[in-house]
Amino acid sequence: MTFDQIKQVISQKTVGIAGCGGLGSNCAVALARVGVGKLIIADFDVIDESNLNRQYYYFDQVGQKKSYTLQDNLYFVNSRVEVVAHDKKLGTADIKRIYKGCDVIVEAFDLAEMKEMIIETVLEKMPGIPLVVGVGMAGWGDNNSLRTRYEGNLYICGDERSGISEKLPPLAPRVGIVANMQANQVLEILLKGELK
Amino acid sequence: MRITLNNREEQIDKEVMTVQELIDYKNFSFKLLVTKVNGKLVKKDQRDRVIIRDGDKVTVLHLVSGG
Repeated sequence: MTFDQIKQVISQKTVGIAGCGGLGSNCAVALARVGVGKLIIADFDVIDESNLNRQYYYFDQVGQKKSYTLQDNLYFVNSRVEVVAHDKKLGTADIKRIYKGCDVIVEAFDLAEMKEMIIETVLEKMPGIPLVVGVGMAGWGDNNSLRTRYEGNLYICGDERSGISEKLPPLAPRVGIVANMQANQVLEILLKGELK
Repeated sequence: MRITLNNREEQIDKEVMTVQELIDYKNFSFKLLVTKVNGKLVKKDQRDRVIIRDGDKVTVLHLVSGG
């Protein structure tokens, strides 16, 4: 497919992204650059200086809401993408409501408990929508441990092992790789069955 | 029985077992897991009721924080 053909397909698609941190902000930027039609993003947090080691924000944006700030940054990346931003800590009911019409949902939370919550919600209540999750990306190096596997409509990107800790912080390269693996998986799902 | 666990074939010397028994058998000691049997989600409170049989396809996903 040519890039114009790709854009023609994906400009008709909507992708939901749950979380606007290291995974969500970088995944959203990649999808905006290739021209996904609509992104629905959500986060309740504000930007902390410590986030700048991996998240798609700038120094003068510290203290601002992640959801609305990412919406601004995405506008600078590709103004043709429609971005709907929710400043909200997501629960089961919110996920069902906000991401109802999406073609794909990207899990981009930081806490394992939240990852569990959205996986159970989407698998149980929204079974037709593919869910792309990021699990295991703390630290540095070990490129080849980062991979994707899938089971039905659940796609898992990451090494499924490296949880964050004081001695194993999340850093731009590995988090960015997994965020872009998620974006790449989203593209594969959206373009599946389209002409080559 | 012979099952597929995380896309890999596995021989287990038991006829049937619950999802929780499989987790214990495999020493999956992680706190947060998502489990599926034959594509269907098995929530935490169902793990000691849902039975795994020969030929079943089981997914165990271990969740860690970071993002």
